[in-house]
Amino acid sequence: MEAYIQKIPAEELKPPATSVGAVGWVKANLFDGWFNSLLTLVTLYFLWEIVPPLVRWAFIDSVWNTTGAVCRDAEGACWSIITTNLRFILFGFYPYDQQWRPLVAILILFGLLFYSRDRNHWHKYFGYGWIIGLVVMGFLMRGGLFGLPGVETTQWGGLPLTLLLSIFGLTAAYPLGVILALGRQSRMRVIKVLCVVYIELIRGVPLISLLFMGSIIFPLFLPEGITINQILRAQVAIILFTAAYIAEVVRGGLQAMARGQYEAAEAIGLNYFLTMRLIILPQALKIVIPPTVSILISAFKDTSLVVIIALWDLLKTTQSTLSNPEWMGFSREAYIFVAILYFLGCFSMANYSRKLEKELSTEEH
Amino acid sequence: MNEEAAKGTDMQAVAEPIIEIIDMHKWFGEFHVLRGIDLTIQQKERIVICGPSGSGKSTLIRCINRLEEHQRGQIIVDGIELTNNLKNIEKIRTEVGMVFQHFNLFPHLTILDNLALGPIWVRKVPRKEAEEAAMHYLEKVHIAEQAQKFPGQLSGGQQQRVAIARSLCMSPKIMLFDEPTSALDPEMIKEVLDVMIDLAKEGMTMIVVTHEMGFAKSVAHRVLFMDFGQIVEGNTPEEFFENPQHDRTKLFLSQILH
Repeated sequence: MEAYIQKIPAEELKPPATSVGAVGWVKANLFDGWFNSLLTLVTLYFLWEIVPPLVRWAFIDSVWNTTGAVCRDAEGACWSIITTNLRFILFGFYPYDQQWRPLVAILILFGLLFYSRDRNHWHKYFGYGWIIGLVVMGFLMRGGLFGLPGVETTQWGGLPLTLLLSIFGLTAAYPLGVILALGRQSRMRVIKVLCVVYIELIRGVPLISLLFMGSIIFPLFLPEGITINQILRAQVAIILFTAAYIAEVVRGGLQAMARGQYEAAEAIGLNYFLTMRLIILPQALKIVIPPTVSILISAFKDTSLVVIIALWDLLKTTQSTLSNPEWMGFSREAYIFVAILYFLGCFSMANYSRKLEKELSTEEH
Repeated sequence: MNEEAAKGTDMQAVAEPIIEIIDMHKWFGEFHVLRGIDLTIQQKERIVICGPSGSGKSTLIRCINRLEEHQRGQIIVDGIELTNNLKNIEKIRTEVGMVFQHFNLFPHLTILDNLALGPIWVRKVPRKEAEEAAMHYLEKVHIAEQAQKFPGQLSGGQQQRVAIARSLCMSPKIMLFDEPTSALDPEMIKEVLDVMIDLAKEGMTMIVVTHEMGFAKSVAHRVLFMDFGQIVEGNTPEEFFENPQHDRTKLFLSQILH
């Protein structure tokens, strides 16, 4: 065998260019072989059939600020149903002249949420900011003090109700779910069994039945004269339901943790709570961000089920606009509008979770 | 290599037991892993434990800081007997450092935070002080410039040195090493062994499970050979390698020393 000794060290080269310019890109991505070319042509045909008529319907031929009667003669979309009924859709039966209050409450909420996006803002004083914000929002909604007329919760509806149910539902369900997941992993049998029973029972029934139970069966067990707010009962049902699902997802994250992480934490003398708080949960919860966000998104949409216990959430106020004879038949426009609102909520959750995942990644910086 | 030097500046073990293990047994289910271990370790003594895989050597040192629970006999560490008393267990764990085969650094924390975490939360040291101490130990294992990186960005040898520094931050009286170089690429073994030799020079009480016989020869006061859950033979490294007594020791040595 002849010995080999390298004489000239290998040069560092640029990767080969596969495509050049726009033409190169089109060729490589759209007309790469006969099958892909065919798919591209078919797709283009469908887009041509769908997009221009849609644009004409939604924007060019549409009417924006008319009565229902004018709408019936219009070729395109009748967005007048939204513009005319906007305040009812958004605020339901909240007294008309007081509707600035829920509006301000929602703006405060969005402000706080937006400011919370940046994790650098998460410190103690900001926590106080949230508490103050929540108190102010509750006061604005409820009134009855400082000259603001009181508004019963039975009059709350529309967007504030949807946001109330979903945001409080999700923020309360998440920690509860984490606690349940830890309980299910517990070495103490009683706690473990309780958590398993809870999770399996709740997951075994539809949310609708929980809402019914909260609204109809639960009051039967209360002593005479004591009533618990209908919204609160729905809220609790949503929290209990969502927490069970979050618990199972978090359990998956806990199981993905290597035994060595527990051992290393124990070996430096951390107790159970510190091990969980500092070592295990930060990693486990990060792993399960994608499935957790799926649950949160679906819980957000599920809040619309509260219509069945006669709460007027966003979907219900929209629907009831359609039962007005003047606006009957414009369900397409009305539902597209609510769909856009729900989509904005869900999309920003998904978006934020992606941002969070990227920020928490410690692989490459 | 400064192994010979380590032996030269040798601090003799002080005749004052820091670990006493008396007729200790452990079972994994039906399997009898440790079968009556009797072992006394003096302060500043350095012990290397070797033996075939499955002989119970890792389990033995994991019992010393209660990562594994023994079912019979006694283990007394620094005057405290290991029982189910959680407070005692936590106290012993702060005094016994442990280095694992797979490093087990916390991947979500920077190197500096990996080191400072124990002192801050267990010893209640103020953060600034804990970080200064952490930097001191990082310099000691020659890795201070990596303090702000995450474990995933370091090589295996670097990670293991960080793991050693993390244990040292708790100022332990005893260090346990569970096959610290077995998961490393060959060219990284030396940098980790050098750190361990430095530690030996400072008079740390060390119990090392390893197959690095060169390390055992130059650093250990005593080498123990384990097989089938028992300590088969224990002797000074000179005697152990030159003049093994037990047949199983001879067989084992003939298999690992080519």
